[in-house]
Amino acid sequence: MSRAKALKQLRAALTPRAVITEPSALKPYETDGLTAIRELPWAVALPETENQVREVLRICAKHDVPVVARGAGTGLSGGARPVADGLVLGLSRLDRILEIDLDNCVARLQPGVRNLAISEAVAEHGLYYAPDPSSQIACSIGGNVAENSGGVHCLKYGLTVHNVVGLKVLTIEGEELVIGGKALDSPGYDLLALMSGSEGMLGVIIEVTVKLLPIPPEKRVLLAAFADLDSAADTVSQIIAQGLVPAGLEMMDRLAIQAAEDFVHAGYPREAEAILLCEVDGTRTEVEASVALVTRVANEFGAFAVRLAINSEEQANLWRGRKAAFPAMGRLAPDYYCMDGTIPRSQLSKVLKEIGKLSEHYGLAVANVFHAGDGNLHPLILYDASVSGEVAAAEEMGGKILELCVAVGGTVTGEHGVGVEKLDQMCVQFSQAELSQFFKVKACFDPHEMLNPGKAIPTLARCSEVGGMHVHGGRVPFPNLERF
Amino acid sequence: MTQPERDDCERLVDAVRQAHAHRQALAITGSGSKSFLLPKQQDTGVRLLSVAEHTGVVQYQPDELVLTARAGTPLRELQQVVGRHQQMLPFDPPMFAGGGTLGGALASGLSGPGRPWWGSVRDCVLGVELVNGLGEQLTFGGQVMKNVAGYDLSRLQVGAFGTLGVIMTASIRLLPQPVAERTCALELSAADGLRLVRDFARRPLPISATCFEGGLLRVRLSGVEAAVLSACEEIGGEIVERDRYWQQLRDHELPAFRNGTDLWRWSLPPGADSPVDGAVIEWAGALRWVVGADADGIALAKRAGGNAAPFSAGFAQLTAAGMPAAMRRYHQRLKAAFDPENILNPGLVDVHAH
Repeated sequence: MSRAKALKQLRAALTPRAVITEPSALKPYETDGLTAIRELPWAVALPETENQVREVLRICAKHDVPVVARGAGTGLSGGARPVADGLVLGLSRLDRILEIDLDNCVARLQPGVRNLAISEAVAEHGLYYAPDPSSQIACSIGGNVAENSGGVHCLKYGLTVHNVVGLKVLTIEGEELVIGGKALDSPGYDLLALMSGSEGMLGVIIEVTVKLLPIPPEKRVLLAAFADLDSAADTVSQIIAQGLVPAGLEMMDRLAIQAAEDFVHAGYPREAEAILLCEVDGTRTEVEASVALVTRVANEFGAFAVRLAINSEEQANLWRGRKAAFPAMGRLAPDYYCMDGTIPRSQLSKVLKEIGKLSEHYGLAVANVFHAGDGNLHPLILYDASVSGEVAAAEEMGGKILELCVAVGGTVTGEHGVGVEKLDQMCVQFSQAELSQFFKVKACFDPHEMLNPGKAIPTLARCSEVGGMHVHGGRVPFPNLERF
Repeated sequence: MTQPERDDCERLVDAVRQAHAHRQALAITGSGSKSFLLPKQQDTGVRLLSVAEHTGVVQYQPDELVLTARAGTPLRELQQVVGRHQQMLPFDPPMFAGGGTLGGALASGLSGPGRPWWGSVRDCVLGVELVNGLGEQLTFGGQVMKNVAGYDLSRLQVGAFGTLGVIMTASIRLLPQPVAERTCALELSAADGLRLVRDFARRPLPISATCFEGGLLRVRLSGVEAAVLSACEEIGGEIVERDRYWQQLRDHELPAFRNGTDLWRWSLPPGADSPVDGAVIEWAGALRWVVGADADGIALAKRAGGNAAPFSAGFAQLTAAGMPAAMRRYHQRLKAAFDPENILNPGLVDVHAH
């Protein structure tokens, strides 16, 4: 009864066409970029104005309808996957650039503005928005904030949280919070940091103010090829120890190189065990000094080839293979499972060896692409979902890889978020008291768990079960955890 | 100079647990270098909890660009440790009277002159180990650059003045020290100075600090030698190598800051016109120090899209008047979520609804 009333009110608040309930029309919303996990929502609402968003939240709160906010649906951890009986609040129609403020070098945006559209809109002023997640053509700024998205260039330019100065957020209680602004700080707790990466659990983002940077005048991309992984990893450490923070520093292992070569023919040396792609930017004098440094270090550590791309066509060609790494996996296996652990860089060679062992144990090949500068590892587990048991094996192996990342001092997710995907691994990374603290923070903003329920933070009960399943060498992951 | 390394964790955790059990209010202190920002009237019956004895670098591997240290470690010592490897704390925290600890830098959230280019304290925090008001030891974030597991409760501690937890250990991101540094000084009016830095912000110059004071705009350039020198030529003015001015500005040692307690801190959109005369303007216009602002200062700053507060007794109080009611309510709830008995620096956050 209450649901029928809610639907009627939603249709009145929005246009009737902006509220979807027919199963066939709901279908596109049943998943985000993590396509393995699906759930049909009760309804989808597609508001076009801030006020309509406010109304949708008010109606849902009144009728106890859980709300899952969704941007472009490109997330890789199931953060925007619907919950059963819940409403998907699609924000992609709020896609206006509200203001480009050149005096303060900021842009004020509605949440549905696409990431790349920001840089395109300000390019004529010599400015750009730095964070560039791989999905930047499609992903939207609201989703970027919710996931605290990264990208290839965050070693030098930071994550989303470092490039957003203001937010407008609606809480499920109907309050509008203006957080930050065009100034660099404001009184009170740093709610901007708290909201960034909160995966739609604390509030719905309806406006974002981002920092704009001058476009670097010069760019160079280098490729260095190595006969072994350790030398490539040592080169990365040495470049940074020498005082250079490159704009991007990426590494690919043999299988990833082969797959990318087969797919796009970027001209990567097939005989290499590892390649590094290094992008440096700045003024001409800066990039020349940086190129000299990277070349010298790579040669010192035994690179058998170093190539320099000066013009943008050559640069795009070198990047092409890296950017195609994920789709290229499709040629090697019907399915792949992408992990997102981050590790201290010094642990790279140890972690890659352990991943190699896991790969042998499970009989599933793994290709590694790596944001080497900041330690963010994306092992791609190759499997075939039509072979009985392989899905489960891939998932189990993925879990083991993430646990390995935590064991060496890293984290289960560097940039993709927890969503529904990494809930079990959260139990490995956090203690019961830490998870409780997360819940208490959630309750401050959403006491009845109406926003994206069941995501991002696992319940203690779930962790208790997981703890029983993953026992290594007789050691329980959390000896202090209560069992119930 | 180097302080002995000491793990005071057990005593600190025990002290908070006891305080929680007995509802004993605690005033958390480090070196005391920022104590002038505390409210004048201290609550009676508050017990001092000093983190100053919890010291030492826990982990530092220069090629990771990450340092983990105990909260009581003096900032001066950390600067020396990372300086030996030609690295620096990017947020360049003020060291008033030469003091300050890592924990204090995080708790106050105050960053130095390079903040718009090198990042704030909060930007550089990767992880924090803290003790909440229940005496629970919790770790959020980590030692890696990218980490989106769970809510970002480590960066939330920055600028919270210890009201959400006693910061025990922090991991921070470092940067390589720039090889070359020059300062260009140009004689200008305040309005022209603001216009010029606004223009610089849209150009790819290796700027790492700006400050307008008394008819002089100083612009610090940092990076590789050739880039810095060519930028010097572009900007012009009188050129100084390694100007001590920036340290004096950071630590409030300039004559402009010596007029006693009547100093106001204005945080404004960088492009805002100067609403008051005689300000010391850094951060490319985003931070302005005003001596002896009149009572209209708060309203003026608000109209300009920012905020103003006296940088003196009471600055450390978090939920002062002027915060919208809803915002204040969420602050109160967050405080209660970390510290239900209100024992951690209770004088610094106003927990009662108005």
